[in-house]
Amino acid sequence: MYLYDELDRTIVAERVAEFRDQVGRRISGALTEEEFKLLRLMNGVYLQLHAYMLRISIPYGTLSSRQLRMLAHVGRRYDRNYGHFTTRQNIQFNWIKLEDLPNATADLASAGLHGMQTSGNCVRNITTDQWAGVAPDEIEDPRIWAELLRQHCTMHPEFSFLPRKFKIAVTAATHDRAAVKVHDIGLRLHRNGAGEVGFEVLVGGGLGRTPFIAKSIRPFLPKRDILSYTEAILRVYNQFARRDNIYKARIKILVHDLGAEAFAREVEAEWQHIKDGPLALDPAVVAEIAARFRYPDYARLDENPPELAQLRNADRRFDTWLGNAVANHKVPGYAIVTLSLKPEGGPPGDATSDQMDAIADLADRYSFGEIRVGHEQNLVFPHVAQRDLAELWRALDAIGVATPNVGLVSDIIACPGLDYCSLANARAIPVAQELTRRFRDLDLARDLGRLHINISGCINACGHHHVGHIGILGVEKNGEEFYQITLGGRADERAELGALLGPAVPYGKVADAVEEVVAAYLELRERPSEKFVETVKRLGVEPFKERVYATH
Amino acid sequence: MPLIKNGRVTEDRYIKILDDAPLPEDGPVIVPAARFLADAEEILRRNAPVGVIWPNNRRVAELEPYLDRVSLVILVFPSFKDGRAYSQARQLRERYGFRGELRATGQILRDQFLFQVRAGFDALDVAKAGDVDAFAAALARYTVFYQPAGEGRIAAARQRAARLAVPAPGEAML
Amino acid sequence: MTSPLEQKLKIAGPVVVTANRLRDGAVVYRTLDGRWSNRLDEAAVANTAPAATALLAASIADDISAVGAYVAPVRINANGQSEPGNLRESIRHAGPTVAPAMTPGI
Repeated sequence: MYLYDELDRTIVAERVAEFRDQVGRRISGALTEEEFKLLRLMNGVYLQLHAYMLRISIPYGTLSSRQLRMLAHVGRRYDRNYGHFTTRQNIQFNWIKLEDLPNATADLASAGLHGMQTSGNCVRNITTDQWAGVAPDEIEDPRIWAELLRQHCTMHPEFSFLPRKFKIAVTAATHDRAAVKVHDIGLRLHRNGAGEVGFEVLVGGGLGRTPFIAKSIRPFLPKRDILSYTEAILRVYNQFARRDNIYKARIKILVHDLGAEAFAREVEAEWQHIKDGPLALDPAVVAEIAARFRYPDYARLDENPPELAQLRNADRRFDTWLGNAVANHKVPGYAIVTLSLKPEGGPPGDATSDQMDAIADLADRYSFGEIRVGHEQNLVFPHVAQRDLAELWRALDAIGVATPNVGLVSDIIACPGLDYCSLANARAIPVAQELTRRFRDLDLARDLGRLHINISGCINACGHHHVGHIGILGVEKNGEEFYQITLGGRADERAELGALLGPAVPYGKVADAVEEVVAAYLELRERPSEKFVETVKRLGVEPFKERVYATH
Repeated sequence: MPLIKNGRVTEDRYIKILDDAPLPEDGPVIVPAARFLADAEEILRRNAPVGVIWPNNRRVAELEPYLDRVSLVILVFPSFKDGRAYSQARQLRERYGFRGELRATGQILRDQFLFQVRAGFDALDVAKAGDVDAFAAALARYTVFYQPAGEGRIAAARQRAARLAVPAPGEAML
Repeated sequence: MTSPLEQKLKIAGPVVVTANRLRDGAVVYRTLDGRWSNRLDEAAVANTAPAATALLAASIADDISAVGAYVAPVRINANGQSEPGNLRESIRHAGPTVAPAMTPGI
């Protein structure tokens, strides 16, 4: 993971000092709320239904155990002993007091953590694959590029007051786990015909009120040009996107209105001016950043050690977990372990401070002190020796993060919804909780196979419902909560928006409706290996609609 | 509204002529973009400095042919959330090499002063008298900058490169 | 964006003015004597649009104590006490409806 140097630490420390001053000026009344709102948002401080919320950036989802312990501490000292991991690889604390924020941010800064640019009309956390650096299908570690971009976009004097928020994601694997096609800028590292590694640049993806899949505007951009090209895109966006209507202010609207080709021409024209200037990346600059990414000193280990096979046969629960939560690693003898934060009945993506501390200790013992946060709101240990899997499993099981439902129907992605969020129209968490109870049978879950349910409590789509295999969007009708269901969305390299199933269903009927959809899938699939999304693709929503609405 | 130029409160010596009134014979004047472009040669023939207020939704490339003869360009922040003038400022300074006074006007918070200075503004029309005192402090808030901008502060990448030439003591683990 | 004061307030029943306390973000209600209380039963109830507008104006002017003031519906129960008038206000008043699995310490 990336090690801060003195310069990185200084910026965060100076930000803490600035924010302390700003909070002081607000509390004294020298700043009005209107003026302060902009400033607190730049530090990730929202005002929600019950309290302030602090969103802390976890750059490209990578955390050290020390940082995770600091998050546990913040939860304990300044909040209510738990935190929520988000769909952008960040963490949120829901009960922070404004008057505590100067100290909380100072504590966080001591571990290299901050809330900079987790809100506001600037470039937000640059996200990537939670398996970055260790996935077998990756061509190189995308996080180095995410870090270069993160630094470039941090307190950028020109791009701190964009028309709207700006989200960038990077992938470097054949299977896109970073959902680049639904980001404002999506970057796909790949090899061209000549064997060189560079970026495909996609722009204008996004969910929310008007969802779009991103358009490719540059099939291959050399690494050297990534900062200048991104700068060109941001400059075109900053100058020409709409500012009169917040629902029309994202880059996806500009790309749609101009057309991808015209937009690409604007970017190229701007880029011509700057491509050979100071933003052209010197390989030495890249090497310097890359050098501060530390990788584990992997041992030379055998694949499938015999103890593993032994225990698989002896313990069905372990075997189940192994088959579900453990993935192949690029280094022989190692594995990638997913920690499920989706226990039956639990709010998706939450962890208590005690759990965080325990996970940090386990990371030190079993994962070289490193943890990842995935956009599906689970955690990952990226560097586990296969010979340690049994011991690790017992420990994870003891703290409640070994539910073998990763990628399955009860591994639900949900936004905080009306229980917390002032933007929401309907609740999301209780719907998710009920669904985990309905689908508690793990044999059924395994039989259903990969099935992503995404729940958003409003059209802002923080639960990414548009790209859920089953997407659920909460709306308000006459003071009551209703839910629109979509089917067949995907967030990966074959990204697609879900299709509406039928009329919205009331809160009390959502779980029933989802059960009907699942039952329909079991009847309609051609064979057990046909995944849910494939069945929907093959048949469309009609047969599902018949089933769901027949019983209503 | 106090004008801060180069860190000090300054008297604004320009007179704004915002309508079609004839320009005074001498003395520095500021005219809006539309009038300037319609009458550029005539206006520039005056033997006195000319300033132009440029709207934030118009490309500064249109002003480029006149930049060596214009003494002042005023860019507009209609709201502190509207960041278009930052892009305009950088293009004027870094792309077109404008050397005259570049002034920011409109709604500007002291917490934005540093961004404005980094983008190339050397004069700020500030709304609150209290902000004048804050100017120096605002500029001193940060000492490290990740990105190069045209105003000369050395960006982190260059500092790191310079450091690589000299072995550094071991850096602390995060 | 029109300020809440410029918008013509229309109310369909009794309302209170609610906001979040500046220092800690807690849900508070405007009282008759110009304070902010976290008790709904201490909230001033307005039954007409002009009364609501006046209450709101005073609240907004007091932005050093509480922020984001707005008018929220209440229901008056059989004992004459105010209760939250919709789901959102119920949640603001009583807290998240999620099961206590992740909220120890409340």
